[in-house]
Amino acid sequence: MEALIQLGFFAALLLFGYIFGRRAETRHYQSIREREHSLGDIVILSQRLPPPELLRHHSQLVTGNVVISVDYFKTLVAGLKNLFGGRINAYESLLDRARREAILRMQEEARALGARAVVNMKFETCQVSGNAGQGIGSIEVLAYGTAMIPR
Amino acid sequence: MLISNIEIIPNHKVVEHVGLVQGSTVKAKHAGKDFMAGLKNVFGGELTGYTELLQESREEAIKRMQEQAQSLGANAVINVRFATSAIAAGASEILAYGTAVRIEAL
Repeated sequence: MEALIQLGFFAALLLFGYIFGRRAETRHYQSIREREHSLGDIVILSQRLPPPELLRHHSQLVTGNVVISVDYFKTLVAGLKNLFGGRINAYESLLDRARREAILRMQEEARALGARAVVNMKFETCQVSGNAGQGIGSIEVLAYGTAMIPR
Repeated sequence: MLISNIEIIPNHKVVEHVGLVQGSTVKAKHAGKDFMAGLKNVFGGELTGYTELLQESREEAIKRMQEQAQSLGANAVINVRFATSAIAAGASEILAYGTAVRIEAL
């Protein structure tokens, strides 16, 4: 009986993870696509120095960060994939979402300052512990760069 | 104080290098937020509490770096980098470091 309850609990966690995780991901991707479209005019460069046409500008540091969590279903799928090796799609989409969201937040900050471009954009990724030892739990992605504001 | 993560500040020239400056901070959220984050690990999605926490600590780290630069007589910090590490469950360290310089407008 006790084993059955435990199994039921596990199945419920899996189901919740699958339903809510999938829904959160679909919505997030939709909002990312919309915002990427509207913020596309802020050019992001990863080169260290601004191109000549951007030199006569004010500059300011802009950052964007996001902490995103993996759901229970993905944790299990990734755990299984670990046995066989290969691409772990569940984590790939998680990191992709986090990176794009961080860039968007940085772009929004740049837009609020009236910037035209962000140069020397860098990423910083870190695992937020709390789920230490079991999978990646939740990750933080920070995107930062120097916004070039026309004077 | 100008903060930039590129090596130059447009329209300014560096007149003096003062040296490396840094600021770090370790912060944690209260247990309630940690509990909510634990729940979110089942459902997936953004952990707003932690996003805020890291944003706040980053600002704090930048502020400390600025204070150090100011005490050295610099008026800008260039080539700023961030580093993050998790030191314990629910706590994280954020480090901001860069080169403090004195600049003059061209």
